Amino acid sequence: MSAKAPVRVKTLTIDGREVGAREDQTILEVATENGIFIPTLCDLPGLSTVGACRLCLVEVKGARGLLPACVTRVAEGMEVAVNSERLDRYRRGILELLFAERNHVCSVCVVNGHCDLQSLALRLGMTHVHFPYQYPRLPVDASHERFVVDHNRCILCARCVRVCDEIEGAHTWDIMSRGVDCRVITDLAQPWGKSESCTGCGKCVQVCPTGALSEKGKSVAEMSKRRQFLPYLTLMREGRR
Amino acid sequence: MPRQKIVIDPVTRIEGHSKISLHLDEKGRVEEAYFHVTQFRGFEKFCEGRPFYEMPSLMARICGICPVSHLVASAKACDAILAVRIPENAARLRRILNLAQLVQSHALSFFYLSSPDLLLGMDSDPAKRNIFGVAEKFPAIAKDGVRLRQFGQQIIEWLAGKRIHPAWVVPGGVTEPLSAANRDRILEAIPEALGIAQRTLDWFKSEMERFREEIRTFANAPTLFMGLVGPNGNLEHYDGKLRFLDAGGHIVQDGVDGADYANYIAEMAHPWTYLKTSFYKPLGYPEGVYRVGPLARLNIVDGCDTPRASQEWAEFRELDRGAVLSSFHYHYARLVEIAFGLEKIEQLLNAPDILDTNVRAIANANNSEGVGVAEAPRGTLIHHYKVDRDGLITWANLIIATGHNHAAMNRGVLQVARHFVRGNKLTEGMLNRVEAVIRTFDPCLSCSTHADGRLALEVQLRSHDGELLDTQRN
Ligand code: SF4
Ligand code: SF4
Ligand code: FES
Repeated sequence: MSAKAPVRVKTLTIDGREVGAREDQTILEVATENGIFIPTLCDLPGLSTVGACRLCLVEVKGARGLLPACVTRVAEGMEVAVNSERLDRYRRGILELLFAERNHVCSVCVVNGHCDLQSLALRLGMTHVHFPYQYPRLPVDASHERFVVDHNRCILCARCVRVCDEIEGAHTWDIMSRGVDCRVITDLAQPWGKSESCTGCGKCVQVCPTGALSEKGKSVAEMSKRRQFLPYLTLMREGRR
Repeated sequence: MPRQKIVIDPVTRIEGHSKISLHLDEKGRVEEAYFHVTQFRGFEKFCEGRPFYEMPSLMARICGICPVSHLVASAKACDAILAVRIPENAARLRRILNLAQLVQSHALSFFYLSSPDLLLGMDSDPAKRNIFGVAEKFPAIAKDGVRLRQFGQQIIEWLAGKRIHPAWVVPGGVTEPLSAANRDRILEAIPEALGIAQRTLDWFKSEMERFREEIRTFANAPTLFMGLVGPNGNLEHYDGKLRFLDAGGHIVQDGVDGADYANYIAEMAHPWTYLKTSFYKPLGYPEGVYRVGPLARLNIVDGCDTPRASQEWAEFRELDRGAVLSSFHYHYARLVEIAFGLEKIEQLLNAPDILDTNVRAIANANNSEGVGVAEAPRGTLIHHYKVDRDGLITWANLIIATGHNHAAMNRGVLQVARHFVRGNKLTEGMLNRVEAVIRTFDPCLSCSTHADGRLALEVQLRSHDGELLDTQRN
């Protein structure tokens, strides 16, 4: 561990504030360290980053377009803006698209009141969905003995895929198809209850930001996610490497 | 003169959206009356494919007025799917919740929706014929009404958290036990509420003479009555067996298990309304038309197991030799039930293990089908679900109070219209009586068609070949 090359330090500004960072850090990590809020959905410390949701978009001076903070490394002299009228508008737009894409009926949802998507919408002041709702007819797979996947609530963040692969090592989850047909699947799109790789550990359920994955029998608003295990497990793995 | 048709659309001061049309014959006499429900929400379809344990909360959203009743009936259907007997204290707590809802809803119906007619008169100025008009002229009564309703809502909130759409009732029981503090708070408030109930009953009984004509004509016709009765034939709202009674007061069918409802109740759809009509299957339609709700409950039971309600019930049953037939007496029955609800809540709260924390049974879907029956303020509520092996809903059927009462309501409208409506001239007062008869049933139309919306009234007068002659709205 100690034989690694020394890490260099970079300085940059976030919303005009000067901050220092290790060169291998992302804008999101530095911002979080400095108590600066950037909205995220797919990112979860302890899992690899995929940059799937685009909620963490920030403005970087000189860059073309907006950059996702969770996958963008810091650079010397970087000028980052994480709060602006434009960013607010885009972020709300992304959320609205997520809501319009599937069927989110919060009032009857198992995670109502404990949902990352819902609380972000509140925090970012999303009051309306300006896009036409798609109302897709999506199934619920309740074949697993203890868990349920409700595709109506899935935002395709791939947290389940990553935790299952990277932490549990089972790689039960995958993402199938593209566009509106995109779905999370278990094994080769078998019912979850038939999955041979699933160990039933429930990590996916706990990391899922929405009501897409839940424990069976939990009533409306009863499901809240427990993610305390993640930092410990990650630490243990890294220690062993 | 050609035949004509009068349409009252929408009907005010009931929950939901509907209209009434009256068909006049050539002589301008009311020939037929139809009570249409014009909105539709299709909850039965909506829940297909959802996990069954979501049903209580989903069903509670059918209605913002009596979510608790749907919660309870739905949770009972889910208990049947779990195939568990829920902890005794869970049943007790659900029972209290259901009664609190009864008190709250009856207070709303009586004081807010119907007392304007009773206190200010059927022919009084429609602009003032509402709870505000009552508050102006009879502040004490209006205050009592507000208090009583608050009390019911307060209990619901103390037990279940949110007032509207509580998620406290779940398959297998309830999520949280009762705290000692909340028990004491409710118990403390009961004497005042009982005082109001008694005052209102005494006042109503003393005023009843004034409504002779309404009593005689408000859906005052022989029908069967149906509802749940407790183990000793006592007044019951949460559990028990179904009983059918005829107009003469004789038991037609007793001890029917809720799960067997389909052997006794059939439903019929009509082209002119979204509301289905239920009838007692063995007798067929229209002989098998029955009523549910407060009036029916007081008719079918052999008694009440609380002291005050027991006395009031005995007095109530003196009104008629057999069953009490006039739907006008729904109001009276509601007041008796308020007293019963309050007394019963007190009894239940004083049970030694009311604070017992074992309030939830955990299980998976073990049955593929479940029926839940409970008495809502407006009458018997039946929820029937089927699930697949994974516990996802494949089929659901709901029979709701207003559906049970539908045929009787139609008859009532016809009876009142025949008596009060003459020729092609519409007076506001006579239309209000037509509406008022519907209001005695306290119909919840949003539930009954699982439809949405608010009520207001419009009347159309049509010639019998369909030509629109006159329209009135209030
Ligand atoms: S997953 Fe979240 S946003 Fe979607 S319905 Fe449930 S609570 Fe609402
Ligand atoms: S199931 Fe949950 S964790 Fe998995 S992709 Fe969908 S929202 Fe993300
Ligand atoms: S958090 Fe950066 S893209 Fe999702």
